[in-house]
Amino acid sequence: MSLLWLRFALGCYFIGLIYAFVALTRTSDLFSRIALHAASLGMVFHFVSLVELFLTGHVLWASVHNGESLLGFLSMTFFMVIYSIYQTTSPGVVVFPVVFFLTFVAAVDEQPVLQMAFIQHKGWLVAHIILIFTGYAALVLSFGASLLYLIQERRLKAKKPSSLISFLPALEVIDQIGYRSLLLGFPFMTLGLITGSIVAMSAYGHIDFTDPKILLSLLMWAVYMIMVFTRWNSGWRGRRAAVLATFAFVAAIVAWAANYFSTIHRFAA
Amino acid sequence: MRFQLIGVNHKSAPLEVRERLAIPESRLPDTCRELAAYPGIEEGMVISTCNRVEVVTHTVNGAADLRGFLHDHFHLKPEELDAHLYEFREKDAVRHIFRVAASLDSMVVGEAQILGQVKEAYATARAVGACRGQLDQLFSRAFAVAKRVRTETAVGSSSVSIASVAVELAKKIFGTLQGKNVFIVGAGKMSELAARHLMAHGCASIFVANRTYDRAIGLAQKFNGQAIKFEDLYNTCDKADIVITSTGAPHAIFRREHGEQFLSRRKNRPMFFIDIAVPRDVSPEMAKLDGIFAYDIDDLQQAVSSHVADRRKEAELAEAIIAGEVERFEARLHTLDVVPTIVSLQDHLETIRQAEIDRVRGRMGQLTPEQEIAIEALTRGIINKVMHTPITTLKTAARESEATTVVDVVRRLFNLQVKGKEDTVPATTKDELGTRH
Repeated sequence: MSLLWLRFALGCYFIGLIYAFVALTRTSDLFSRIALHAASLGMVFHFVSLVELFLTGHVLWASVHNGESLLGFLSMTFFMVIYSIYQTTSPGVVVFPVVFFLTFVAAVDEQPVLQMAFIQHKGWLVAHIILIFTGYAALVLSFGASLLYLIQERRLKAKKPSSLISFLPALEVIDQIGYRSLLLGFPFMTLGLITGSIVAMSAYGHIDFTDPKILLSLLMWAVYMIMVFTRWNSGWRGRRAAVLATFAFVAAIVAWAANYFSTIHRFAA
Repeated sequence: MRFQLIGVNHKSAPLEVRERLAIPESRLPDTCRELAAYPGIEEGMVISTCNRVEVVTHTVNGAADLRGFLHDHFHLKPEELDAHLYEFREKDAVRHIFRVAASLDSMVVGEAQILGQVKEAYATARAVGACRGQLDQLFSRAFAVAKRVRTETAVGSSSVSIASVAVELAKKIFGTLQGKNVFIVGAGKMSELAARHLMAHGCASIFVANRTYDRAIGLAQKFNGQAIKFEDLYNTCDKADIVITSTGAPHAIFRREHGEQFLSRRKNRPMFFIDIAVPRDVSPEMAKLDGIFAYDIDDLQQAVSSHVADRRKEAELAEAIIAGEVERFEARLHTLDVVPTIVSLQDHLETIRQAEIDRVRGRMGQLTPEQEIAIEALTRGIINKVMHTPITTLKTAARESEATTVVDVVRRLFNLQVKGKEDTVPATTKDELGTRH
């Protein structure tokens, strides 16, 4: 059942995906409103799907697909929060495709849920998963914002008259969206890594720093920290911030992919 | 329709002439009274803005000496003034007023200010009683037309002057201008205008630096701002988010190293330079820095003209609307022209009917109520049937140019006199009919 709801959600997000492509070339108030409603409806289905998963009683997120589904949902939540503050759907240009992709992968088929070796740390594990994913979602958004910042900056620098009627919000608004997501995401990411370490420590008795998952996670966290620091200390934005954000985003994807190689951090057998 | 209009605008007259004709607001009511009392003028009003002075009148015979009025009022000799004047009559005057109100005749086509100014001029003229029936109709229609043009075309969608383009760009960078600081480098008319626009959109405070410190103080006082010594320019400039620069310096005064310095002090918060100086004050090298957005006069002009190109199409659309409206207005006025004739025709026949009924009553003695009703219905029916065709013909004729001829014929046939409705409806007496067209 949960998969069915997820597929409904996917259908709604598809409209958002189309919006993302159309919005790059032209603006339409009507279409952005349609996309917004479709996305909200998608979130409802998505939420139902997640609740059903939860009610099945397993340690539910312990499957790659379920994790992706949760991450998609959290990213969408962030997008909606930003919409309610800034009244702009432009971050959707980045967020919608990412969410669609995550949901699509998650909705393909059922995955066997791994019997957890450390089921006794269930509370810590749930905390770890939620914290980390919130951090990921914030990262997705600040990555999106830094790309939009670059586009808007180019348009303003190019002095093309059409830059006056661009669909993007003002440069400083994009910057604020990115910075706030960054600031919000960092503590989540940090706490997520700490809870993860606690789970690992109690399960294995030590942390294996040569494991690719752990190495990459630490790398991602380090980039994240550099981003927050340079921004806070010297107001890095624009190109330099975008390079860092891209780096952090790639690190996040690689860290996620490491689930397939890691010996200690795996979902499915 | 005996509208007559005379005036100067930014296209017909240089600023020196317009300055001499400009009428301060406080003197406008007196001027209107004087105009309405001028020989041959029934109603009059005066529009005076920085780009135009127009005298709009409704006259007794369509040939009042408006030039004479201007010469008398401004104490100008004909040779000083006449070359700059334009004059419109009747339909052309109506079209001109519609175009002015719809902002098609403005220096910046589509700017919204002019409509407000015309409305004020109209209110002033009305208040002193110089503007009644005819001008009333003309201007209420003109305001409706202006509204139509605004809603049905994109002529007024965004304003295009350099100052407002600068504001638009600033908003693209900063979102809101609330709390942003403005720095004027080099006091000049244009930078002052741009600053005024920016302040009107919420900018918080203003700094002014000028080679002559006194002028900086003078300008700063106008905006409640702060004058800065020119030597301190580089030390204070980073406090500003928006810099309007227009010095007469032969070389760029803002170079790359200055930009880097500003950005590092501002923790890379972006800065917007509006460079209206020729030669430019901001070096192209500095403009390349991330976080520095510099628009020179050509960039701004380009942004303005791209708006204008879009707008030309819209202006054509607006002109078409106005052409249609002028026709409609003319037709409506003609209809009003025939209304008194129709009324007096009805009155005339009603008088005959009543007289005949009274005569019959005398002969037939007391009538039963049923008989009274029957006679009433019979006579009314005959009159209505007889009148139907003439009235329809009058109404149809009103929409065409032959109205006056038809009106004339009907009046002669029935020997009609029009009752005093001169205040609200044009009196079409026989004498006038002869002189018109």
